Amino acid sequence: MSTSKGMNLTLKIWRQKNANAKGQIETYQLSDVSPDSSFLEMLDMLNDKLINEGNSPVAFDHDCREGICGACSLHINGEPHGPGRRITTCQLHMRSFKDGDTIYIEPFRAKAFPVIKDLVVDRESFDRIQHAGGYVSVNTSGNTVDANAIPVDKESADKAFDAATCIGCGACVAACKNASASLFVAAKVSQYALLPQGQIEAKNRVLNMVKQAEEEGFGPCSNTGACEVECPKGISLENIARMNREFFSASLK
Amino acid sequence: MSESKGLIKSHIVKKYWMAFTGLFLCLFLVGHLIGNLQLFATTYEGQLQFNEYAVFMTTNPAVKILSYLTYFSILFHLVDGIVITAANRKARPQGYAYNKPSANSMWSSRNMGILGTIIFVYIVVHMQNFWYEYKFGSTPYMMTEDGSAPVLKDGSVVKGGTIENGEVLLNGEVMGAAMRDLYTVVLEGFQNPILVAFYVLGMIAIAFHLVHGFQSAFQSLGLRNQTYTPIIKKLGYAFAIIVPALFAIIPIYMYLMA
Repeated sequence: MSTSKGMNLTLKIWRQKNANAKGQIETYQLSDVSPDSSFLEMLDMLNDKLINEGNSPVAFDHDCREGICGACSLHINGEPHGPGRRITTCQLHMRSFKDGDTIYIEPFRAKAFPVIKDLVVDRESFDRIQHAGGYVSVNTSGNTVDANAIPVDKESADKAFDAATCIGCGACVAACKNASASLFVAAKVSQYALLPQGQIEAKNRVLNMVKQAEEEGFGPCSNTGACEVECPKGISLENIARMNREFFSASLK
Repeated sequence: MSESKGLIKSHIVKKYWMAFTGLFLCLFLVGHLIGNLQLFATTYEGQLQFNEYAVFMTTNPAVKILSYLTYFSILFHLVDGIVITAANRKARPQGYAYNKPSANSMWSSRNMGILGTIIFVYIVVHMQNFWYEYKFGSTPYMMTEDGSAPVLKDGSVVKGGTIENGEVLLNGEVMGAAMRDLYTVVLEGFQNPILVAFYVLGMIAIAFHLVHGFQSAFQSLGLRNQTYTPIIKKLGYAFAIIVPALFAIIPIYMYLMA
């Protein structure tokens, strides 16, 4: 491994002992970072260094490191999942940065995403929104109906699939100036609203999911479009319009 | 229905109202602009026509209903905007140390509250300048071109008539209410370059407010599809540029003309 290509970085990282502690930005120097390493590998490197020095490592969320699970978060240099497009933090590589760069690493900020420790936030509010209506009731007690027996037109199937690619990472909330969960809720509402299987519970689904999101403390939607730009899965604002339509018609029923 | 309370309180419903009142105010802007364009006619006939228009706008019952709807929409849009902004702020108690919103959204879309506040200040000053001045101020009365006789609200000339307390008298007999000369108030008002600059700034704020607001209203109402949305977006940009620009040209024109 050539050492000449290694980058020297200044890292400004949010450190917070626990949910109740008052956190602050702390500065770390990290040298010899390979441009080929992923962003999370760079943090692993920093944590090795911190542990060797007898300091507490930086806590951050990660799981699959393949860009499909939605576990990693991080607000990097002012953007959720960093400067890349259509990627999660784990798919961000250090070649996106330059030698000598200062990188700000902060947790996703929202009232409904309280910090647990350092860069780890509690995103269970998303689970509670999902529980409020993000499902279809299917009889699975031995007489399951073949899903393919119900005809679905190609366009609806594609749109439902696009909405269903949401991994629930929360980048939409982190990017939104109002910490609104509209794109997430809209994706979850749309994926069922577009399919015949989702029609039975459609009315209560949109009403209850929207209500839950607001109770969790997510803000209103200002249609800035920041969520769509930052979404690692490219979930379209079209879904928010669909949610607004669904909400309107459900309110009249 | 158990959810009904949530429905009234929902952010989405507040956004429906924001969109609905906003689009209504866009229609108002068009109507207001058409009226204002008469100010380009700088002859005596133009002056008379504008003042007759001012009489129509302050006496016609249909216009009266529309004007109350407009006042209501402005106030509702304002109060709803304040409520929504408060909810926006509450959702993120702790901000980012380093944030780069320009990477993912337009400045105007993030600053509708600030733009709206500037527009509100503009409306208050604008109402004071012309509406208050016309209704309660010392607006002069309309005379014939040679200044020899007063003109009634219906446009008829009373030769040898005199004006007293807003009424035209001829030989001690009341002939009718005198027409006020709003045109001259406007013309004289716009001889002040600071006021002209203020009006142009107000229109710039409206332009930026509309750049986001026009297309955002359709999105809030769920009116979006692949055919119409690109057209709505283009129409929104055109509206946001053309309408405030035409409004803004009028004070500049009147300043340069005199």
